[in-house]
Amino acid sequence: MSGMSISVSPGGAGRLTGGAARGRSDDEPAGRAGEPDGMGRTEGADGADGRNEGDGVTGVDGALGRRAAAQPLLLGVRHHGPGSARAVRAALEAARPKVVLIEGPPEADALIPLAAEEGMRPPVALLAHAVDEPGRSAFWPLAEFSPEWVALRWALEHGVPTRFMDLPATHTLAWGRDDAGTDPDAEKAETSGDGRGSAGEGTAEHPAGAGSDGAGSDGAGSDGTGSPEADVRVDPLAVLAEAAGYDDPERWWEDVVEHRGPGQGDAFAPFAALEEAMGALRETYGSGGGGDRDLVREAHMRLQVRAAQREFGDGVAVVCGAWHVPALRRKAAVAADRALLKGLPKVKADMTWVPWTHRRLSRFSGYGAGIDAPGWYAHLFGVSDRPVERWLTKVAGLLREEDRIVSSAHVIEAVRLAETLAAMRGRPLPGLSETTDAVRAVMCDGSDVPLALVCDRLVVGDVLGEVPESAPAVPLQRDLARLQRRLRLKPEALERELELDLRKETDAGRSRLLHRLGLLGVGWGEPTDSRGSTGTFRETWRLRWEPELSVRVAEAGVWGTTVLSAATAKAEADAVGAQALADVTALAERCLLAELTDALPVVMRVLAERAALDADVGHLAQALPALVRSLRYGDVRGTDTGALAEVAAGLAERVFVGLPPACSALDADGAEEMRRHVDAVHTAVGLLGDTLTAGHADLRLRWHGVLRVLSGRDTVPGVIRGRAVRLLLDDGEVEQEQAARLMGLALSPGTPPPDAAAWIEGFVGGGGGMLLVHDERLLALVDAWLTGVPAAAFTDVLPLLRRTFSAYEPGVRRTLGELVRRGPGRGGGITGATAAGVPGFAADLDQERADAVLPVLRLLLGSDDVQDVDDVQDVQAAGTAAQGALGEELAGVAR
Amino acid sequence: MSVSVEPTSVAPSQNHSAPANAAGAEGAEALRPHAEDAFAAELAALAAQDDRPRPARWKLSPWAVATYLLGGTLPDGTVITPKYVGPRRIVEVAVTTLATDRALLLLGVPGTAKTWVSEHLAAAVSGDSTLLVQGTAGTPEEAIRYGWNYAQLLAHGPSRDALVPGPVMRAMAQGMTARVEELTRIPADVQDTLITILSEKTLPIPELGEEVQAVRGFNLIATANDRDRGVNDLSSALRRRFNTVVLPLPETPEAEVDIVSRRVDQIGRSLDLPAVPDGIDEIRRVVTVFRELRDGVTTDGRTKLKSPSGTLSTAEAISVVTGGLALAAHFGDGVLRAGDVAAGILGAVVRDPAADRVIWQEYLETVVRERDGWKDFYRACREVSA
Repeated sequence: MSGMSISVSPGGAGRLTGGAARGRSDDEPAGRAGEPDGMGRTEGADGADGRNEGDGVTGVDGALGRRAAAQPLLLGVRHHGPGSARAVRAALEAARPKVVLIEGPPEADALIPLAAEEGMRPPVALLAHAVDEPGRSAFWPLAEFSPEWVALRWALEHGVPTRFMDLPATHTLAWGRDDAGTDPDAEKAETSGDGRGSAGEGTAEHPAGAGSDGAGSDGAGSDGTGSPEADVRVDPLAVLAEAAGYDDPERWWEDVVEHRGPGQGDAFAPFAALEEAMGALRETYGSGGGGDRDLVREAHMRLQVRAAQREFGDGVAVVCGAWHVPALRRKAAVAADRALLKGLPKVKADMTWVPWTHRRLSRFSGYGAGIDAPGWYAHLFGVSDRPVERWLTKVAGLLREEDRIVSSAHVIEAVRLAETLAAMRGRPLPGLSETTDAVRAVMCDGSDVPLALVCDRLVVGDVLGEVPESAPAVPLQRDLARLQRRLRLKPEALERELELDLRKETDAGRSRLLHRLGLLGVGWGEPTDSRGSTGTFRETWRLRWEPELSVRVAEAGVWGTTVLSAATAKAEADAVGAQALADVTALAERCLLAELTDALPVVMRVLAERAALDADVGHLAQALPALVRSLRYGDVRGTDTGALAEVAAGLAERVFVGLPPACSALDADGAEEMRRHVDAVHTAVGLLGDTLTAGHADLRLRWHGVLRVLSGRDTVPGVIRGRAVRLLLDDGEVEQEQAARLMGLALSPGTPPPDAAAWIEGFVGGGGGMLLVHDERLLALVDAWLTGVPAAAFTDVLPLLRRTFSAYEPGVRRTLGELVRRGPGRGGGITGATAAGVPGFAADLDQERADAVLPVLRLLLGSDDVQDVDDVQDVQAAGTAAQGALGEELAGVAR
Repeated sequence: MSVSVEPTSVAPSQNHSAPANAAGAEGAEALRPHAEDAFAAELAALAAQDDRPRPARWKLSPWAVATYLLGGTLPDGTVITPKYVGPRRIVEVAVTTLATDRALLLLGVPGTAKTWVSEHLAAAVSGDSTLLVQGTAGTPEEAIRYGWNYAQLLAHGPSRDALVPGPVMRAMAQGMTARVEELTRIPADVQDTLITILSEKTLPIPELGEEVQAVRGFNLIATANDRDRGVNDLSSALRRRFNTVVLPLPETPEAEVDIVSRRVDQIGRSLDLPAVPDGIDEIRRVVTVFRELRDGVTTDGRTKLKSPSGTLSTAEAISVVTGGLALAAHFGDGVLRAGDVAAGILGAVVRDPAADRVIWQEYLETVVRERDGWKDFYRACREVSA
């Protein structure tokens, strides 16, 4: 059913342990919630945890009785499960332990007191990272409704000592490294592998933390999902759910555990039941997917529990993923546990709290902390009673804010529908899928559009966590400091200018760093115009380190742990959120400058989508030149621009299709703007044609076809028609004969004079003067038309003509004037210009003197062209050009 | 999802109690029997084994109604054929809505089985799908409320005997499910007649100083066309009385190809078109084009497209293919080819001559032109688009 249903996946339980989740997830039907691992995005949660919880349900016999006097109180939870969180609080209240052990990296023990500080507001995450390699990191996210967080707060409020008892991050991070083959570059690619391997831990190391969520999430998710073994592995939760008659394990978990109201009966009973079920599961299925690493972690946890027992006696409470409970209960020889822990790889690790968001808790964002509906869970956890009524009221409030009419009657009907649906589906209480169905049918008129808003704002939610200022620095800062040292680029408050020569390795590195920081909103350097050289290999920056930039760096920490990964993640997010097509093209350019190769595919995809959906040819035409520029610039930098070229070609195709219809029915301003677009596209297509591969070889040909269509269509404004003919003429696609014919048509008496003037502007505007100088036929046509313009219309066309001709070089204007004064059309034909002569020159070429120019011309044109130049016509034309130029100069001097 | 398998023509042998007006035509088969007749056996089997609580005057429990629509196998082995192929959620919400006292509004583009679902819901819930008001621009208030037998009225004055109850009024009196087809075609003032019926559950008869009160079990299913919204858009007062369920288009290409080829086959037979072999590839192509343009993205999910203004529903795909078949059979070599469907597709896609034409050409140039094995199709489309 509804994909939306969010359920929590049970797996999530082990936040820390991520493994659990994974296991579960595999099984799940695809769209469902996922994975469970709640925890860790990074860490792959071990599949186990998730599973455990699930089990619990079945076997509810629970007796607490089992707990022998000297036994620790083992509270198996599902990470991020509000039901679990509530149960944990009740159990802690009832048991009043002397110490609380929580599944999590012990390095974070020192950070625990921060959780009590004013400035700490969940969702937050514990971040572990390798000191000398900030890209290797793992997160343990905690939401307000996470059982671990609840336990932490409970202990702090009651002055009870708290410890994390999982395997230290120092090892788990090192595990990741081994998997990745120690090659830092391999991290990303390998992540999923690692994640799986180390799943238990949560360590995933992806560089990702930073950047691409994808990577990060893989860690977590992958455990479960990606690997082939995963398919083989049985999902215990699904087995339990199926036994209970549910087709969807997620929902079953919700019904049985999460939706239990607060405090009925024995606070310990659910945990005992869970433990029993997990025990049965582990017996049947072995230790699940966690493999050896799970065993190692559990050995470590057992040792920790034992140490705590020695210190505090029997007042020990343990909060961990339910999957681990049977393992912790098991009696194992201390020596055997120690042996397991021997010789683990190590890496120097550091920990801190970082702010987290609900969005990142949810799978939607790709970080995959493991739950689909953090907002819904926070709601379930936060409300005292009547969760469905309160939730639907909240939904109604949101829809009202968005100007949708939703009355109290709607809420009433939605509640009734949700409850009836739940009854029909045999659920004890409406869950997210029932309420969502009810909201869709009652409040949203069956439409998914407003519903998407509800899902985005409420089901996921915009909650942003905060951490106190006293929390240790984020790894991004360290990475930046490292880069600054390496590139010898010190942050200084004093403004200074920096010239970079991109051909040098260090300078190129500096440029990339500054561009990346710019993308992250850390405005340390500002690009300025280079003095002197304008080559693409030079950049000038104005640098100034302001104190608040440190804050910006800290804020940017949410994007990743290294500058590269953070900038990549930020660029991807920006691309997805960008409004206008031009923004995306600009972003693509910046990505190339900052060399964010990994972000480029996403940006390109977004670009292609925006281009496909943008109906305004103007936007497309504007975007094209920037794209082509990036393409050429990418070439300079040696970036792979294949994708870019594809997109550019696609964009060009769309422009070709859309341009002719877009050019009709335009007013003068619109036509002028469109003419500029036509020019821009023409230039871009020219450049593109040089770069493109075989697939788009005919691009220029097709563009010429479009120009031909434009030139011949009467509804297209004159200025565009004229320009199209001119561009075709320049490219040699149209003979002069043909151009003259078209001009004759455009200037024929039937055409309203302003149209004709516009055509002239399009045709000879912008440096077209020489054309008139050299083809007298054209000049004669203009002349004849101009003299034929009725007096009444003349004042209308005068401004247009003036605009056209005043843009010419003075020399050209003068020459034209002289030609016109002498009277048109005497020579005729191409040679006419020569024959007509210009005052002060002979009537015909002086062959000898013209020949004298040829060696220089050859030199200028390159020796290849000698052949062509041999042609008499060409020689004459070239001579004419030279003569014309000379004439201009003379004219200039004369003036 | 959407579309139902249309078993309509498949079940001629089922017993159907001849309606009264079919008098004399003893033994003649109705062209299209009502759902409750066509599937009487299934309904009876369900009723026999249904031990769940039933709302007042329901023939089946809500669970059984959902099973009737979605298909399944009963404990005794009776196989219930699926009437609606689509998300379970939709049927569940629809049935649940009927079980509350809210009315049900089925929305969807043409060809998504709205009427079909509404008929089967009424048949399963009340055992009678004939209490039907067909909405048109000319539907008068009397069609929804009641009319008069004017001879009686003139002879004896207003009385219960002179009153001719409409379908909705009969449903109210008997606690049955009434159906209103094409609700948004009905003029707004006539639509609003329903407000009292749905909120107060009474139908006043001022001429007699009486009223008809709805009996428990009464409910109403309306269908409306998404694309017609705005023709006679529902007032928000009326809209508020309905729970809305949107019936989606088929989810997977296979499902749609299946629906199209099955329907084309049925239609072709009923029109006595010569059988055309091997049309399946062309059908697949038509469905692909329709789906891609409708969804605004290519099937490989890599290229976004603009969507034209037409609905491009499955029903239209069916008619394009049928038209192509007729062309191929009567004027071609008997094999359905790209050229036979190209013109039909163009007509279905380009509804707005300016905007849609650009969209279509963009699609041809950016998608079709480069697709392997689509050269003939590209050429045929270029030919008809030129």
